[in-house]
Amino acid sequence: MKWEVVIGLEVHTQLNTVSKIFSGSSTAFGAAPNTQASAVELALPGVLPVMNKAAVDKAIRLGLALGSTINKKNVFARKNYFYPDLPKGYQISQMDLPIVEHGSLTIQVGDAEKVVNLTRAHLEEDAGKSIHEGLEGLSGVTGIDLNRAGTPLLEIVSEPEMRSAEEAVAYAKALHTLVTWLGICDGNMQEGSFRVDANVSVRPLGQAEFGTRCEIKNLNSFRFLEAAINYEVHRQIELIEDGGRVVQETRLYDPDKGETRSMRSKEDAHDYRYFPDPDLLPIVIAQAQIDAVREQMPELPGQMKARFVDSFGVSAYDASLLTSSLALAQYFEAVATATGQGKLAANWINGELAASLNRDGLDIAQSPVSAERLAGLVTRVADNTLSNKLAKQVFEAMWGSELSADAIIERDGLKQVSDVGAIEKMVEEAIAANPKAVEEFRAGKEKALNALAGQVMKASKGKANPAQVQEILKQKLGAA
Amino acid sequence: MSLTHQDVARIARLARIAVTDEEIAATGAQLNNIFGLIEKMQAVNTDGIEPMAHPQDVSLRLRDDVVTETDRREAFQAVAPQVAAGLFLVPKVIE
Repeated sequence: MKWEVVIGLEVHTQLNTVSKIFSGSSTAFGAAPNTQASAVELALPGVLPVMNKAAVDKAIRLGLALGSTINKKNVFARKNYFYPDLPKGYQISQMDLPIVEHGSLTIQVGDAEKVVNLTRAHLEEDAGKSIHEGLEGLSGVTGIDLNRAGTPLLEIVSEPEMRSAEEAVAYAKALHTLVTWLGICDGNMQEGSFRVDANVSVRPLGQAEFGTRCEIKNLNSFRFLEAAINYEVHRQIELIEDGGRVVQETRLYDPDKGETRSMRSKEDAHDYRYFPDPDLLPIVIAQAQIDAVREQMPELPGQMKARFVDSFGVSAYDASLLTSSLALAQYFEAVATATGQGKLAANWINGELAASLNRDGLDIAQSPVSAERLAGLVTRVADNTLSNKLAKQVFEAMWGSELSADAIIERDGLKQVSDVGAIEKMVEEAIAANPKAVEEFRAGKEKALNALAGQVMKASKGKANPAQVQEILKQKLGAA
Repeated sequence: MSLTHQDVARIARLARIAVTDEEIAATGAQLNNIFGLIEKMQAVNTDGIEPMAHPQDVSLRLRDDVVTETDRREAFQAVAPQVAAGLFLVPKVIE
């Protein structure tokens, strides 16, 4: 039987406010345990939550970027459950009236674009951290650190519209790009600033009803997201084909074993008994507040991508790579504008530069070669001073120095030879020295031409213009 | 609508309240009285009236995003039953 995979994602993004959602405690990461936990996070009697305006503005910013409805009246609700890292016994969240509803995100899957619709995005508070291991000399206890408690979260919920792990990863990456681009989340997945829950089900291809879904919780890397979904899809299909039935449950992904397993959930775990929080009045957003946020909006990744295709002639695929972060997009735009060579700039940035950054584990912001210096190199490729091969050599030299491309070309004598006379001479020599290859070429063996071209390139120490070499070789062989 | 013995036991369990069978019976009767009151209120015609999330028709005041709290861990942990290395300790939770 043919199966169809159905995936919806819930993404918890930590909003990068300096203070917590309902108190003036710091949200800085990495502080000593419980030094950033006030009476509000500890749920001491008599405390009241006071809402952070920046969290509201950041939610509006996302809503505007996704073309969503901003609910001008939205309401906080209590989600009741007991866990030691949530001292109040309830999480303040939003249920019936979230701040953001609907909207969509366009993702790039291979060469195709796909629009994923959003259900909602709501504000809530993060819980604290439970520490089960590494408590020296103590057993039978769990340690509680409430520094993270009360950090503002925006939970972004998609419709179940993704049909493969690949699409789910593309969506998660696009959303990650967007929230960091908008400056509402630092996007640091190791520190838990961007956590993904995946709802996964399968159904026979063509069936209208959804299958029973499982929720895989707390995936904190794109690689784990992909692996967990693929494992889960496989598990569900096997289960059904063996005559079993998928049970709706919450599962955890174990990266060491590469599998998902059922979380030991209590039978009542999903009965949260939501009700409007009497401690908090409805948030009422004035049009002026939305307008003020709109005025501060940067050009969005999708708009910038379209502009790169239109004004710089790069492919849609290259443009989507270049707009995977704001810093990278700005880098590209600087190089492309300075050189007037959009396609060439894109090739260098997505090729050599990306590979080198990746090799050294660096971010575009930490690139040893600035946009200005790369522009210098691209200019020399465009005007044929450098062959591709020589350009790579210059690029490597630039990676380890502060010198400009021109300074390195000068220093190392790497100018490409485009002088017809000089190349002709080398070509004639190569033809004279390799009668066998010449004969083979004439007998119809095209490859022999490459051997001859290789000889010329070697004679020129890699500096001859390869296109010219090919052209002159053909001329000479055809004429002879 | 009326709550069964089972419903009350379940509500108590969700709220982590230990109740005996006698208490369930007594609490069940009280809760059913409250439901009676709610049923009366539901009889009122509320067509076209927007539900309110709070009894007062005012909106939330928002504060500026500024850190105002200082570290008061020592004072807070002085009254905690058990602490170590800055952490509050609770009986082991296994998930």
